[in-house]
Amino acid sequence: MSADAHDHPNFFQPLPGTKGGIASWIFSTDHKRIGMLYLYCIVAMFLVGLTLGFLIRLELIAPGRTIMGPQTYNALFTLHGVVMIFLVVIPSIPAAFGNIFLPIQIGAEDVSFPRLNIFSWWLYVIGAVLAVVSLVTGKGAPDTGWTFYVPFSAVTTTNVDVAVVAVFILGFSSILTGLNFITTLHRLRAPGMTWTRLPLFCWSLYATGWIQVLATPVLGITVLLIFAERVLGVGLFDPSRGGDPILYQHLFWIYSHPAVYIMILPAMGVISEILPVFARKPIFGYKMIAFSSLAIAFAGSLVWAHHMFVSGMSDTAVMVFSFLTFVVAIPSAIKVFNWVSTLYKGSIRVEPPLWYALAFIFLFSIGGLTGLVLGAAGTDVHVHDTYFVVAHFHYVIFGGLGFGLFGAMHYWFPKVYGRMYDKRIANWSCLIAFVGFNILYFPMFIIGLQGMPRRYYDYLPKYAEGHFLSTMGSWVLAAGLLLMFWNLWRGIRHGKPVGRNPWGAATLEWMVPSPPPHHNFDAEPVVTHGPYDYTGVKPDA
Amino acid sequence: MHEHRDYEGAKIGMWLFLFTEVLLFGGLFLLYAVYLHRYPAEFHAAGKDLSRIFGTANTIVLITSSLCMALAISALQRGKVVLSQRLVLLTVAMAGVFLVNKFFEWSAKIGHGIYPDSPALLKLPPGEMVFFNLYYLMTGLHGIHVIIGGAVLMYGWHLMRVGRVTPEHFVFLENGGLYWHLVDLVWIYLFPLFYLVV
Repeated sequence: MSADAHDHPNFFQPLPGTKGGIASWIFSTDHKRIGMLYLYCIVAMFLVGLTLGFLIRLELIAPGRTIMGPQTYNALFTLHGVVMIFLVVIPSIPAAFGNIFLPIQIGAEDVSFPRLNIFSWWLYVIGAVLAVVSLVTGKGAPDTGWTFYVPFSAVTTTNVDVAVVAVFILGFSSILTGLNFITTLHRLRAPGMTWTRLPLFCWSLYATGWIQVLATPVLGITVLLIFAERVLGVGLFDPSRGGDPILYQHLFWIYSHPAVYIMILPAMGVISEILPVFARKPIFGYKMIAFSSLAIAFAGSLVWAHHMFVSGMSDTAVMVFSFLTFVVAIPSAIKVFNWVSTLYKGSIRVEPPLWYALAFIFLFSIGGLTGLVLGAAGTDVHVHDTYFVVAHFHYVIFGGLGFGLFGAMHYWFPKVYGRMYDKRIANWSCLIAFVGFNILYFPMFIIGLQGMPRRYYDYLPKYAEGHFLSTMGSWVLAAGLLLMFWNLWRGIRHGKPVGRNPWGAATLEWMVPSPPPHHNFDAEPVVTHGPYDYTGVKPDA
Repeated sequence: MHEHRDYEGAKIGMWLFLFTEVLLFGGLFLLYAVYLHRYPAEFHAAGKDLSRIFGTANTIVLITSSLCMALAISALQRGKVVLSQRLVLLTVAMAGVFLVNKFFEWSAKIGHGIYPDSPALLKLPPGEMVFFNLYYLMTGLHGIHVIIGGAVLMYGWHLMRVGRVTPEHFVFLENGGLYWHLVDLVWIYLFPLFYLVV
């Protein structure tokens, strides 16, 4: 601990004159503590989702029954989806690192609505508890898949009611976080922190916030309708009562497609923070990266029906949605090109966060390009509902958001804990996870192209090799990730203490002590230079 | 630390929240639009079963309550706290009238056996079933919002009484008023869509 620990206790320590204790965390309105609460919950839920995914892969190692029956398998892939989507990736970077660093990066003391902030964490916890309750109560765990498609979700006897209420509450939590961030960015920027001096991480959270606010309510009403369908027998999606199940799919994807940008945009923001620091030069095309975040948020809201090319739509609609899907590729590519141009002719210092960022770019590029195969109306008919979709999705969300999240963990670790993890092990764990990831998911592209349908419990012998390889990959990936978490855990306890700015970054969070004190700044900072201006900035550890 | 007050921020936050409310109802309006397009004749026939007198009365009550709310905020800004409190109470009273009206209207329909999943409803043509299901869902969700809005306004009234909402610090009441206007606005769309569609 630093010498001035007594005058300025860091945010982990009790405030002067208080005893601390659990209540000072779970009822705290300090954005840093709330961010940490989210971070630990998200890591815990990630480990749950990881275990579920691991078990699914284990079942699929060979054709026929291996370790579980078909009903258990259906429940496991539903839970894997619900836990990973709603409890891990949607909150992940914004709720954890956004909460901790957005106010500090713009020179503010806190977010605009601190009490709303802790309230949204409580909603998250209630939603998480309900999701677990849905497992063990009623007539069995939900078996609909995370998409809750009607008519099956309306008639299955499993505990869908509780699960959709959990999703509704989690959606509310997400809305409040987005609302808070948008207001904070408009109102609480320090003097001199103009919109073009805003770190790109903040820009990505701004774009994400708008999607959270505008898209999530549609999910809310959609899952409420499922609830009404099951409990009140309303039947708005039931053809025997004049309803149309296709409309459910429209409503669901009006939220759930923009939601993938809620997942990926903050990760893109993290990458935009990491790359210039380790290339020691200003990011290439700052304004275009900021603009492309907004463009992705906007265009991404208009493409939902590309999930439904085979559900029944007019040819005109198919072409329009296919075209718009290709349009989203443009701002995404702008980002990738700008990142690569940032590295070009930089004086690159290879550190663990950079490895994770590079892994992100590689995996996201594969995920993004295969997305075009799915977005093109012709090829989509061939690969729809196959393992190709599973592979594409995991490359974008796990390879993209997941590695972005791990990159954020390694990048901001010394700031949050004031210590450094073992960099050598961090590099190794990144490599192992990266290799395992590709062994796990790349074969899925191939068996998907050959026609292996997703979500199936059993498969034909011709897919056996791909599935076997994929399961092997899941072991390597799990080993890499466990090594990574163990290394970080050890770093928290025994890591070498570091100073304020071990990476030599230029954004404001690196100007405050590590870990940050309770009150972020002694005096309101005045910003005089851009976030990636490294003139005179040197690493201090 | 001095207490941080950012009225502009509070209002931005409220407007963002109102956007989410609009989109929550938006999902249902979208369903309404598609089904009206699919079943124009059935919607026409089913709409005749709703009481235009009740509907019109409720519309007048709700619009008047919105006026009261706007007057309450103006009164508070001009320092007339007691008048403002009375106007808020009047607004909440009209919310009560609206709900009582709605209760009788729903009771009459339910008395005729028309409610979701009822045997009488299931005998109707599919388009009319959709109409009544939408009617119950949308007016029901709106009714919940009336109750929440009334509770928020009562809390605002309480804050005025204990001196925490004052002519200088009126943002809570102003935001509560914004919410109330949204509740009113949703009804202004629901009224023609269900009662005047014939």
